[in-house]
Amino acid sequence: MALDSSTVAVAAQRAAAAGPGGGGRFSAAGVRRVAGKLGGLLLTLFLASLLVFFSRFLVPGDPVTFLLRGRKPSPEAIAQVTAQFGLDLPPWQQYLNWVAGALHGDFGRSLQYRQDVATVVGERLPVTLMLVVMSGLLIAIVGLTAGIVAALNKGRALDRVTLVGLTVLSAIPSFVGSIVLISVFAVQSGWFPTFGTGEGFGDTVYHLVLPSIALAIVFVVLVGKVTRSSMVEQLGREHVEVATSRGLKRGTVIRRHVFRNALGPILTVSGVLVAGLLVASTIVEAAFGLAGIGSLLVQSVDRLDFPVVQAIVMLVVTAFVVVNAIIDILEPVIDPRSAAGAAAR
Amino acid sequence: MIPTPTLTLKALRAPRPRIGSRTFVVAVLVLATMTLAALFAPFVAPYPPDALDFSAVNAGPSAAHWLGTDGLGRDLLSRLVYGARTALLGPLLVVIGSTIIGMLLGLLAGWRGGWYDAVLGRVFDVLFAFPSLLLAILAVALFGKGLIAPVIAMSIAYAPFVARLTRALVKAERTRPYVAAYRVAGFGGAFIALRRVLPNVMPIVGAQSTLNFGYVLAELAGLSFLGLGVQPPTPDWGAMINEAQAGIVGGHFLPAIVPAVAVVIVVVAVNIIGEELSDRIGGADLP
Repeated sequence: MALDSSTVAVAAQRAAAAGPGGGGRFSAAGVRRVAGKLGGLLLTLFLASLLVFFSRFLVPGDPVTFLLRGRKPSPEAIAQVTAQFGLDLPPWQQYLNWVAGALHGDFGRSLQYRQDVATVVGERLPVTLMLVVMSGLLIAIVGLTAGIVAALNKGRALDRVTLVGLTVLSAIPSFVGSIVLISVFAVQSGWFPTFGTGEGFGDTVYHLVLPSIALAIVFVVLVGKVTRSSMVEQLGREHVEVATSRGLKRGTVIRRHVFRNALGPILTVSGVLVAGLLVASTIVEAAFGLAGIGSLLVQSVDRLDFPVVQAIVMLVVTAFVVVNAIIDILEPVIDPRSAAGAAAR
Repeated sequence: MIPTPTLTLKALRAPRPRIGSRTFVVAVLVLATMTLAALFAPFVAPYPPDALDFSAVNAGPSAAHWLGTDGLGRDLLSRLVYGARTALLGPLLVVIGSTIIGMLLGLLAGWRGGWYDAVLGRVFDVLFAFPSLLLAILAVALFGKGLIAPVIAMSIAYAPFVARLTRALVKAERTRPYVAAYRVAGFGGAFIALRRVLPNVMPIVGAQSTLNFGYVLAELAGLSFLGLGVQPPTPDWGAMINEAQAGIVGGHFLPAIVPAVAVVIVVVAVNIIGEELSDRIGGADLP
């Protein structure tokens, strides 16, 4: 948590330093805008934490019974759970304790592992992050390429083929993608392992090839479609025509005038991607037997380990909110017009 | 400005044959077949879904078992037919639930504006931060496995999308002359909003909501695949894939592939229908 907020602060400083003109000026409007975004970020996170924490109070009946479902309600267990959750305190104080702990990376103790939640989650986090990063790279490369190729060939055969391909892919949920990839490329051909993460960096990458493809499928479609429509819109603009008629090379026009202007919507979509990838990784990790936080979440739901569930849900939501705030704040750096527009409002 | 016909009228005028209507007809037929098969499963399915045939375990397609059998010798076609029940019922409930919740909240935000709009907007922002599958998993952690908790959670998770659209439409509708006319005629705000404005925005919202059906179906099947949704022995497509996972490594692909293909077919069919409906009603040129 502390790390996340400092990242935001750094991003905010950079964005503020760049200013709305992007020319390295420090402007009051820029600072106010960033402060507003940060306020919104904190408010959303606060409300989300309320939802995650107080969701437990929606369950009717005794909280001790709920937390110890499926376990022997021995006096020691009851005492331990009561102490850990501060169940003898009023709800708002329980919440404050939880948030105070969470801000220090302390999410209490796992009921199934008898270890700190932070330790259990921390052990599983690298695999998920690796999976998300590999998948993100795939999505960026394939999605952007497909979108750009389709846009530059708008209306021609290549565009139609790409669109049909994307539409077909969009109907393949990640669990379907997973079992098809396992069947074809792991079991039948034996090219890739069916299970686990392997040892060492290279082997892990090798083990994560199929999972990252399965995870990427749906999101490639999203990025591909947004890239195409955004590029098509820019290609029809007057300034592109002007640039072309000035005799600039087509490659330069596309890179400097079309793609840079088309980046806004693509960036917005990538914000949604982060939470989507983290959540979809539950399914992919389960299918490929990977020990990441996705499979940990499922396993914790299955074994009634609520503290771990709470921590992972909060982690995913935080990642989503923070990444979206960063993208919001960085937008004027990439697209100075949006800051000018915001300042004029 | 030339007065545009009401949205309902537009929708009524639209159903004429168009380009691409052939795929639309095929999609409707596919979905209708699936729905009928699900409704009349006991008559359609050749076997009961949990009947074991020990002489044919992990068997390929044959005259006795058209799609083969799973690791316990259960007929895959029969399980597929019965599984269509939960596969279609879950998303249907979510689409209905999220449309009702979202439409009412969107109407409230768009019609009343001001504080209502600000507060509801903030609530939607928070809900947008919870991906629907995550909210469903949280609901299962709280209320237990099955179909009920995920369906309620997903209805809530999808409601903001419906609400945002309804809000935008209602805001535009509020400035139309007919609303002013009703006001002048002395009708109350609640009457105009619920009986006149809501019916006008409903077709567009409804068409957009059908587009959610496919996503919800895939997510609920994914949840069953994780073992958190519909529980065995109830036949369910996601649960079937989950049970068949162990067999894949042994080279028995069919028990997993058959329900997977079913999911893909229904999602494609529903998406074609949803897109065609939104096109006809005019959802394509929405904000």
